[in-house]
Amino acid sequence: MSSPTHHLAEEDIEASSLWRDARLRLQKNHLAVVGAVALVIVILAVSLAPWIAPYEYDAQDLNLGATAPSAAHWFGTDIFGRDLLTQILYGGRISLAVGFIATAVALIIGVSWGSVAGYCGGRIDAVMMRFVDVLYALPFMIFIILLMVVFGRNMILLFLAIGAVEWLTMARIMRTQVQSLKQKEFVEAATSTGLSPLVILYRHIIPNAVGPMIVYTTLTIPSVMLLEAFLSFLGLGIQPPATSWGLLISYGAETMEEYPWLLIFPGAALTLTLFSLNFLGDGLRDALDVRGSKD
Amino acid sequence: MLKFILLRMAQAIPVVLAVITVTFFLVRAAPGGPFDSEKAVLPEVKKALEAQYKLDVPLTDQYLGYLADLADGDLGPSFKYPGRSVNEILASGLPVTAELGVYALCFALFIGVLAGILAALRPNTKQDYVPMTLAMIGICMPSFLLGPILILVFGIYLEWLPISGWGDLPGDKILPSITLGSAYAAYIARLSRAGMLEILSQDYIRTARAKGASDSRVVFKHALRGGLIPVIAFLGPAFAGLLAGSFVVETIFQIPGLGRFYVQAAFNRDYTMILGTTVFLSVLIVIFNLISDVLAAWMDPRLRTQFSKAK
Repeated sequence: MSSPTHHLAEEDIEASSLWRDARLRLQKNHLAVVGAVALVIVILAVSLAPWIAPYEYDAQDLNLGATAPSAAHWFGTDIFGRDLLTQILYGGRISLAVGFIATAVALIIGVSWGSVAGYCGGRIDAVMMRFVDVLYALPFMIFIILLMVVFGRNMILLFLAIGAVEWLTMARIMRTQVQSLKQKEFVEAATSTGLSPLVILYRHIIPNAVGPMIVYTTLTIPSVMLLEAFLSFLGLGIQPPATSWGLLISYGAETMEEYPWLLIFPGAALTLTLFSLNFLGDGLRDALDVRGSKD
Repeated sequence: MLKFILLRMAQAIPVVLAVITVTFFLVRAAPGGPFDSEKAVLPEVKKALEAQYKLDVPLTDQYLGYLADLADGDLGPSFKYPGRSVNEILASGLPVTAELGVYALCFALFIGVLAGILAALRPNTKQDYVPMTLAMIGICMPSFLLGPILILVFGIYLEWLPISGWGDLPGDKILPSITLGSAYAAYIARLSRAGMLEILSQDYIRTARAKGASDSRVVFKHALRGGLIPVIAFLGPAFAGLLAGSFVVETIFQIPGLGRFYVQAAFNRDYTMILGTTVFLSVLIVIFNLISDVLAAWMDPRLRTQFSKAK
């Protein structure tokens, strides 16, 4: 198996070939294509929620109460007579936003930390990576719950806390990438022209490590979304009046005996989105030929 | 090997200390004291309570006192349940959670390793795709969704199994164990498939096959030890995940275990209980990571040189 860096180095010779190859390989992977299409649909649907949702977010009809799916309410209504489809569309905005923003936080910290450690090497590298090792050993799930308890259930803190957990793997992958890229001739050439290390990192090294980072970003988003749903289910994540898929599942589980659709539709929304992201991530990994340490 | 174990233990100590320190100060930094409850408490009573729980001395003294108690294995009294110590509450929940965890892990290992081996023996055939698609479903279907669905189907519609409790009714341990274990079965299936695929392409496996060894002999006699190293290394992190997962599963099935106590303590703002449980669970997790690293190193001598390998 050829290494990713080998492929990525070729990219310098013929800029588009790596990405064209990858796209062709991805298109052959039907599951990944289905995942990508489903994902685009979900993202479009939730971003357009205020325009396409059949009812207002806070519209309730206490006289109606919980009703099974019907022509007027495709996914049924909850005990307050709120339209479930509308709730799912708005909840999805939060679930996806948490997934993307927390992953972005993780990506920024992880890429910076990993590339500095990998580029500097030596003692700096040893200290920085030992720090990562120690954090790795901490039981983070318990810590996030603790943070949510101690500082109240605040969304910004949730983004930061989840992002702060997920950057560790990113930093490790980035460091390995940078270490091997650093040995390449083009980096040596850049160094010899007198460019500063920062410019070399941002202009020459990081762009060449983009493949693996895309793959791990795609695979991190579903695990972040799962974490958010987990916390919301326990009542420690998103708080009403805002809603998320995890919170909807938690409400649904309470009344599933009488109104099973309140559990099934939000559950399906979450599972299908996670499915799409994971299939797309796996497909991208094969297409970009990144060997996985997550597997 | 002994050197490896000692070094890994030495690495675990700062982690445990960091956990204790961070948790202690986080809990103390929390806005709102434990006695700022709904009922107005008389100032004298509040003062007496604070004296009883040693909250009236400087923070550093509280911290040192806590460390000293901890060294004796004393996690202090519970704020919420006067007269009960955190130790007692933990001791009543631990056996339940441990039992649940063991069942879930056995289920996960059995199903996961079996599926992984089957898939690796015939890669890119139906025998590979079917278990791996199921594994993907297992990963994407969170326990807090799977649990209620299992209850709905097997408990309410089919009425085959009890829907809650622990040890009261026959069969009430089945659904929680499956709910908790299935995601790990899925991860283990993927790990053992990848591990077995790598081992099965080695020369010594070809030699074994050339000598006429059957599939089962190749797998059990030659490939399993090497192929399962990723699974063994995953057991430490999996244990941590099982504990976190037990928060949800114990809440769903109303099981009186550690996870349920932790979530209740979190809602009750029972600070000593939160602190004690966090410290206790963290130490357990660090110990299990250590054991799984040592086991992996025992199975694969190459790992012994990589001291910093944490996954």
